[in-house]
Amino acid sequence: MISFDFMYFQPSSITETIDMYNGVHEQGEKAMYISGGTEFITFARTNKVYADVIIDSKGIPECNVLEMRNDDVVIGAAVSLNKITNSNLFPFLGATVKQIADHTSRNKITIGGNINSELIYKESVLPLLLVDARVKVVKGTDVRVVSLKSLFDRKMKLSPGELLLQIIIDSSYIELPYISLKRTKFSKVGYPVVSVAAILKENQLRVAFSGVCDYPFRSDEIEAILNDSTIPIVDRIDKVLGNLPSSIVDDLQGSREYRSFVLKNVLLDVMEEMEMGE
Amino acid sequence: MNWQNATSKAIIHLHVNGETQEVVVRNADTLLSTLREKLGLTGAKRSCENGDCGACTVLINGEPSHSCLSLAVEVVNLPITTIEGLLDSPVRTAFIDKWAIQCGFCTPGFIVNGHALLTNHPNAKEEIVEEWLQSNICRCTGYQEIKDAVNSLIVENDDSINKTHPRLSK
Amino acid sequence: MANKSWSTVGKPEQRIDAVEKSTGKVRYIGDYSAPGLMHAKLVKSTQAHAKIISIDTTEAWKMPGVRAIITGKMFPFHIGPILADRPPLAFEKVRYYGEPVAIIVADHEHQAKHATEKVKVVYEPLPIVNSVQQAFLKDAPLVHDNAEQYTKIISDVYPKASTNIGSHIKIRKGDFDTAWANSEETITATYSFNLSDHVAMETRSTRVEINPAGKVIVHSCSQSPFTIKKVLNQFFNVEVGDILVHIPMVGGAFGGKGTVQLEPLAYLASKAVGGKVVKLEFDREEDMTTAPCRIGFDATVQLGVTKEGKLVAGKYTYLLDSGAYSDQAAGITRAAALDCTGPYNIPNVWCDSYCMYTNHPFATSFRGYGHPELTFAVERTMDQLAEKLQMDPLQLRMINGIKPGHTTPTQTVLTANNIGDLEKCIHRAKELIKWDEGQKVQSGKNKVRTKGISTFWKTSTTATNAQAGAIIIFEADGSVNLNCAAIELGQGTKTILGQILAEKLGMDMNKVHVTMEVNTQYDPHQWRTVASSSTFLAGKAVVFAADHAIAQLKKTAAVVLQCSPDDLEVGGGRVYLKPDPTFGVDIKDISLGYTYPSGHSIEGQIVGIGKHIQRHLTPMDQQTGFGKPGPWWSVGVQAIEIELDTRDFTYSILKGVTVLDGGTIINPMTATQQMRGGMYMGLSYATSEKFVFDEQGIVQNSDLRGYPMLRYGEQPTEYLVDFIESPAIDGPFGARGIGEYGVIGAPACLANSLSIAADVELNELPLTPESIWQKKKEGTK
Repeated sequence: MISFDFMYFQPSSITETIDMYNGVHEQGEKAMYISGGTEFITFARTNKVYADVIIDSKGIPECNVLEMRNDDVVIGAAVSLNKITNSNLFPFLGATVKQIADHTSRNKITIGGNINSELIYKESVLPLLLVDARVKVVKGTDVRVVSLKSLFDRKMKLSPGELLLQIIIDSSYIELPYISLKRTKFSKVGYPVVSVAAILKENQLRVAFSGVCDYPFRSDEIEAILNDSTIPIVDRIDKVLGNLPSSIVDDLQGSREYRSFVLKNVLLDVMEEMEMGE
Repeated sequence: MNWQNATSKAIIHLHVNGETQEVVVRNADTLLSTLREKLGLTGAKRSCENGDCGACTVLINGEPSHSCLSLAVEVVNLPITTIEGLLDSPVRTAFIDKWAIQCGFCTPGFIVNGHALLTNHPNAKEEIVEEWLQSNICRCTGYQEIKDAVNSLIVENDDSINKTHPRLSK
Repeated sequence: MANKSWSTVGKPEQRIDAVEKSTGKVRYIGDYSAPGLMHAKLVKSTQAHAKIISIDTTEAWKMPGVRAIITGKMFPFHIGPILADRPPLAFEKVRYYGEPVAIIVADHEHQAKHATEKVKVVYEPLPIVNSVQQAFLKDAPLVHDNAEQYTKIISDVYPKASTNIGSHIKIRKGDFDTAWANSEETITATYSFNLSDHVAMETRSTRVEINPAGKVIVHSCSQSPFTIKKVLNQFFNVEVGDILVHIPMVGGAFGGKGTVQLEPLAYLASKAVGGKVVKLEFDREEDMTTAPCRIGFDATVQLGVTKEGKLVAGKYTYLLDSGAYSDQAAGITRAAALDCTGPYNIPNVWCDSYCMYTNHPFATSFRGYGHPELTFAVERTMDQLAEKLQMDPLQLRMINGIKPGHTTPTQTVLTANNIGDLEKCIHRAKELIKWDEGQKVQSGKNKVRTKGISTFWKTSTTATNAQAGAIIIFEADGSVNLNCAAIELGQGTKTILGQILAEKLGMDMNKVHVTMEVNTQYDPHQWRTVASSSTFLAGKAVVFAADHAIAQLKKTAAVVLQCSPDDLEVGGGRVYLKPDPTFGVDIKDISLGYTYPSGHSIEGQIVGIGKHIQRHLTPMDQQTGFGKPGPWWSVGVQAIEIELDTRDFTYSILKGVTVLDGGTIINPMTATQQMRGGMYMGLSYATSEKFVFDEQGIVQNSDLRGYPMLRYGEQPTEYLVDFIESPAIDGPFGARGIGEYGVIGAPACLANSLSIAADVELNELPLTPESIWQKKKEGTK
């Protein structure tokens, strides 16, 4: 039961969407984009979020694309996580997003929604950071395609009114070996204690993390350590623990110390699975 | 679409169990509360309202969905099926035959989800069954009987997926 | 063993509620809506312990649709089932996070909710009592300043002035000190776990109206309709006869719907809007924190034995975290004391069981009523003792298992009739878990498989005058309606009672119509649907009602058949001559009386009434605990096999075994459902569940996202259930209670198996991979 009232629109074009946002904004009211809407509904119920106007982007055709286009995989921001997994267009992403929430929720949660989530996990971003994904965003009349990395620093750095339309992945990444491991407190359904995604490109391991720090990240430094075959694996992993970008999360899912224990084990599994032995 | 003339309420048409129904809703109303309070379809249960328990599961466009995680205004053009529209489902009978029902509160959600599961994966392996049914919580049974019910309908020795279940047709 | 001549009892008759439940057509309490129905929402405390300085409702009153606002000042009195220590709405101070502070009644639910957000409450924080250990300290802040002055609603509750002790129950049997001093081997161990929650899938909900004639009409999802009447009478001065309580089928309860919290609030709300129907439905977060939860528990167990492993002395100190109010925790404190030893024969017993106030959400009954908790402490100690004695843990239990002729901690003498056969249960469980194939085996790289067991027992600690009644009314077609106030909350009680009636009348189940709804105006009084007592109490009432009806059937038929009632038998829808069954009359022809061809009629409708009240139960002596607390003890054994990854401490549950002696099993399938479901609940609790509090006593996980439970596929891969059926002579067809029992031993046997697997003593719950890792880190044993 959401106690406050809001206006709701589901425009069918980018222009209409942007115009509406700007119109509302100019009137001094708060507009908000949704795509799956799951986070908005749960947050609104507990008054963690408020908006005067909800603009639902799932009516925009560009946001519903899910296809190979020339050499790219193109995924609209309003495509559900299950559709991505089931399409098998990009198995690495499919396997990672399959670990988010529960199966039924994944019919509603969209990739755009997950990437823009206010929660600390945003696991769908992990593979995307590793494959140098690009994103198509729009603001006003300005549509641009930029690297995800340039927009994602702990969270998506979209300016007010800017809308994520698509994610674009170079198909050359599709065949690369990958692994995606999520560890939970006990039940499989739950937020991660640690979630790690990795691929191997040109014999170099790329790794991204969620649930470790209070934001998902990929770090050049950590990758350099893990790829340093002059050091025994356990030492590399110990070194990674000392080079995390910020302190390890300490919350309901797991204490800081336990998380570092789990992270070590998960990294061992990753290294073993990806045959990264000395 | 002129937002300045809009209000926080809407008259919408929902396509539920093969019928089109006109309802007046607040934009803030979830599909769950609309089904229950406006259409009298109380088979979908209010339990966590947070997408965690599956008691409110309905099919939206054939896919299981937590009806507490959709606004009614979001789903106006989509076919919706509730437990009330699945009275002929063999999953329902299997739940009775295999003793998968105790208090019954989670039952509609499980049957709706199980129905969609078997429609999409008539020969589902345990891994798929688990993935799908982990979306629903049952506090009474301990899941064994639910597993027996669903497994009793799984078509074995057939590797083709997305094939129509002999006893489940859309 | 089931009597083979029975046709319905002992048979897996399909549940009579299954078809309706499978269609989604059952109307649970929250499924009702109607134009004009008003909605109440609560303003809840954001503090765990604080003075209420002011409550400003000005802005809330301005919100659309608001019709009434009620605060604690309007009803500044205390209520409670055992000790009246809880204000329905907090006044002067709040004692837990989530405590009701005000009620807002509005036309629509969202309006009521919106208005609650506008109420401004100013608090002055008080020091928090955030653990049971802290509560027990001499200079601890007091949760209740004058607990000793609260009204005692029932006996056996002893609040202590100037402490946080809400009650203290003592057991003094034999001479513990001497026996302990003379013990050849001893062990002392401590245990602890936090409060947790029932999480029935249906959240608590009620609606109340006061009609113009002054009748208070309550619809609720309660296990205690007659207690609602009692509470509204005792504390709100409504005549008992003016209170009508309706209970539809309930969506899971597990003890959590046994206490009365929402109904008085909704009554106050209805009263404030001129008696209109007001609905109060808790959302999940409220159901978890505002509504009562499960106790937390701290235990120290000391056992003294001979070298041969014969238990001679047992001392038990139980601290129950009752949260802010004693509610049923005061009763659980007593229940934990009177069964403190577990099912073992110990001549010298000393127990101090304390109900402790803290600033946590208050606790009430939870399936097992303190027994899963005490069993965890006792059974973990038994395993550690076995290790000290270098004895097979199963053997240690066998040696000490309680038997007829022994006495319980309260010195009740056990007979073959009032206790099940523990030894048989142990043997059967041993076979099912394949104990002899080894308790610990290496099953792969970093993988170990281990087995753990637990025995358990429990009596049904009802009120000494607990009772039930049944009315059966015959239809013109010879079928029969059964009305009684046992509540269907998923356990299958209505099916069981129907089976008992069908068996007595020699009728098909499909001729027995059991009214699913309970209505206190036409159903005879029943104590409550708790404590695994309905099969026994209501079952006996049904037996008597059937006998009563049979006498009437025979009387009418005797006139028709021109014989003596003694010549007749009832069965197969007929009343017939014993020596010549072909000579008889159909029940349908006499169920509304018999009409002769002349038109003259005799006797009238067959209406059977039956009732049963507990016999010879007594309160407990304050100093020694001496007394007879319950009618019988069901006993059982559970076992678990797990596989642990010794590197990361993740594990899976491979096998769960439950063997119960619950007397005659009326329906083996519903009984199996209860055992599996109970075991699941115990395992979910033991693996995953607890409330987490911050330093301010605020619950950190009040929704199902933060409060994990076992999901599909995480239950034991194999659940084996079997029953030993040593009949209880005074039970209906020899049945005892079984509803709670599946849960009792599950946490203990899980911890026993994991302790062996991880090679460290695991004495706290829940047993997450993190908690096992933590224990390992603190040092292997």
